[in-house]
Amino acid sequence: MFYREAGQFKTSYAADQQIFPITQDRVGVLLILAFAFLAVPVLFNEYWLKAILIPFLIFSLAALGLNILTGYAGQLSLGSAAFMAVGAFASYNFMLRIDGMPILLAFALGGLSAALVGIAFGLPSLRIKGFYLAVATLAAQFFIVWALTKFGWFSNYSSSGVISAQEMEILGYKFVTPEAKYLLVLAIVVLLALAAKNMVRSSVGRAWMAVRDMDVAAEVIGIRIMHTKLLAFAVSSFYCGVAGALYAYAYIGTVEPEGFNLDLSFKILFMIIIGGVGSIVGAFLGAAFIVLLPIALDVMVQEWLSGILSPSISSNLQLIVFGGLIIFFLIVEPHGLARLWQIGKEKLRLWPFPH
Amino acid sequence: MKMSKTLSTSLIAAGLLAGVAADAFAQAKEQFIGLPSYRVGAYAAGGSGVFGGWIDYMTLINERDGGIGGVKLTWEECETEYNNARGVECYERLKKKGSTGNSVFQPVSTGITYSVLDKVAQDKIPMVTIGYGRTDAVDGRVFPWVFPMITTYWSQATTMVKFIGSKEGGMEKLKGKKVVYLYHDSAFGKEGLGVIEKQAQKFGFTMVPLAVAHPGNEQQSQWLKIRQEKPDWVILWGWGVMNPTALKAAAKTGFPREKMVGVWWSGAEEDTVPAGDAAKGFIAAGFNVAGQNYPVVKAIQDNVYKKNKGNMEDKSRIGSVYYNRGVVHGIITVEAIRTAQAKFGAKPLSGDEMRWGFEHLSIDAKRLKELGAEGFMPDLKITCADHEGSGKVKYQQWDGKQWKVISDWIDADRDMVRPMIEESAAKYAKEKNITPRDCSKEG
Repeated sequence: MFYREAGQFKTSYAADQQIFPITQDRVGVLLILAFAFLAVPVLFNEYWLKAILIPFLIFSLAALGLNILTGYAGQLSLGSAAFMAVGAFASYNFMLRIDGMPILLAFALGGLSAALVGIAFGLPSLRIKGFYLAVATLAAQFFIVWALTKFGWFSNYSSSGVISAQEMEILGYKFVTPEAKYLLVLAIVVLLALAAKNMVRSSVGRAWMAVRDMDVAAEVIGIRIMHTKLLAFAVSSFYCGVAGALYAYAYIGTVEPEGFNLDLSFKILFMIIIGGVGSIVGAFLGAAFIVLLPIALDVMVQEWLSGILSPSISSNLQLIVFGGLIIFFLIVEPHGLARLWQIGKEKLRLWPFPH
Repeated sequence: MKMSKTLSTSLIAAGLLAGVAADAFAQAKEQFIGLPSYRVGAYAAGGSGVFGGWIDYMTLINERDGGIGGVKLTWEECETEYNNARGVECYERLKKKGSTGNSVFQPVSTGITYSVLDKVAQDKIPMVTIGYGRTDAVDGRVFPWVFPMITTYWSQATTMVKFIGSKEGGMEKLKGKKVVYLYHDSAFGKEGLGVIEKQAQKFGFTMVPLAVAHPGNEQQSQWLKIRQEKPDWVILWGWGVMNPTALKAAAKTGFPREKMVGVWWSGAEEDTVPAGDAAKGFIAAGFNVAGQNYPVVKAIQDNVYKKNKGNMEDKSRIGSVYYNRGVVHGIITVEAIRTAQAKFGAKPLSGDEMRWGFEHLSIDAKRLKELGAEGFMPDLKITCADHEGSGKVKYQQWDGKQWKVISDWIDADRDMVRPMIEESAAKYAKEKNITPRDCSKEG
């Protein structure tokens, strides 16, 4: 009823091809953005901003990056966490070694470094596919973490191999408070998400999808396979790299290479599987599911069951429920939460007359 | 109509406020301790033991003594899964709980330690890392809020060389000997490398570093190399599954387990039992010892487990290395609260006051005896400049069934380690624009 597009006529190509062709979607997105930018910093306390929302946004960005590579271009990757590590350590070194380096430029350069490394490890994708490629990217995961631990230069010869993020300062303003950090992360994530949405709607994104669906056919219609695949690796790694830099600078502060281990890569992969492979909104839904649900479960168990159950049972119970929910969602909707959202939208469009 | 609505709203608000006030009053005599525990995942054995022992000790203080100076201890667990991001979430969740906020954060994970290192100073919550974490935080002038207590990896490395020296019959006998440093290829594993290298130069033995990739369940090539090198000793700087694997591989290679010395994260029942007979004779460091025959552990049995208030499900683990390590965490936390209460009065203490307590913590031999922990953990004295306070470890040997103490407390070569700590801390201070505190002005 509220979600009906009757009466919305597209009178120009521009109107027909805009990001959100339905007025309600446009208004909805603007409302969400307004809420996120204006209301959230006021309404939510430090705990929510620092411990829930900032990591949620950062992991959304990483999932978005992987979704470009895996969801749109069809190249399975298990190296996302390593590319995050490259972004974090590169940004750190740019900040450390170049005086007066602006933080945003350091993030961008960190992302670009990750993109370069991504291209290098994307080269095998020209020859191998599917699970075999996943194994090749696994090499990236292990190699990068190993290299960052092995060569002291990356961590400025810190005795324990960790880097400690410098202060974030833009035009004399120091991003110290949780609100400021949140807004900075939000702005970067929104910008990059918008860029991603536009990329996948453009010829680049169509080329990715063509390669994903059938690379031989894509080659026949004139898409340059090498160029397209490597571009997907570069863009994806750029996103992961920026997410890694934000992880170090806006979230954790002091990071060790071990923090970007295979577990994190898997987690990011699960985010897009649960959220929806090949969907921008899916990256956000998946990150919310994987990041927030375990915390919510832990809080609930602590509040309600801590007196009744022994701590080790309640800790394991969380994992059991979490795993059960993953299986439940994948059975109900194998295409992820984004697909559920899409189905809901289609139903809403027809409601209350389903025929 | 409008009037009455406003009235009712304010009444509700007043009621809520009263409720909050009553709540605050009820909490007034409680000291809250947030516990970032991990009871699932790869390191659950360590987590459940350490946090179980710690909670049992606090239950003992509440049950037997009615708290500390009449202030009861309260706590809440938060599951970190040994994951850095979850650890940060737990830190944020716990920090404002209780009437005065979280008293102390002890993550029992080096990764989480790093993740909250900057945050504890901002939030004014002391962080105590016992036997893990950032070594150069020993320099309390640069790290006022971080306490890597009892001993650090660097101190431990020097005691290992001392121990090996004593077994060889004197430090001068180390000349010409060969020691393999078999380590977990991570920041943790490399911690001891620099120190042992320096010691090798000082005492004239050769050190052969051999890295084992995480998680360490594949060590064939390393042990082949060890067989070729024919070392006199092997230092095992391992963690998790790497330890039993190394012990089994040593048995297969025929390397005597009596010549293998492990770090304190290699020296728990969880490391030796899976290796079976292969573990017999293996020696490991420990800043706490195993065993139930200490008055403090007996007191927990009598006052906590007899009342069915114990935390451990598997009661046979009481007295294990990890469990006793948890008791050490409990003792240090409780004694710091006692120290701070002596200055600030018997009331719930703020993070700032707790920090003072940790910085002036002194547990001497006499106090250890009173606590029933003589020989159970070393004595320690924290000062503004020295947040380590002890540096002593004992060596234990696995006899096939349990750990047996085979050495007295061995002091670290702190004269050698201290300049390294100061150098590293100074570098951190420079990078972070921290002006080190002047300890002569600290009260």
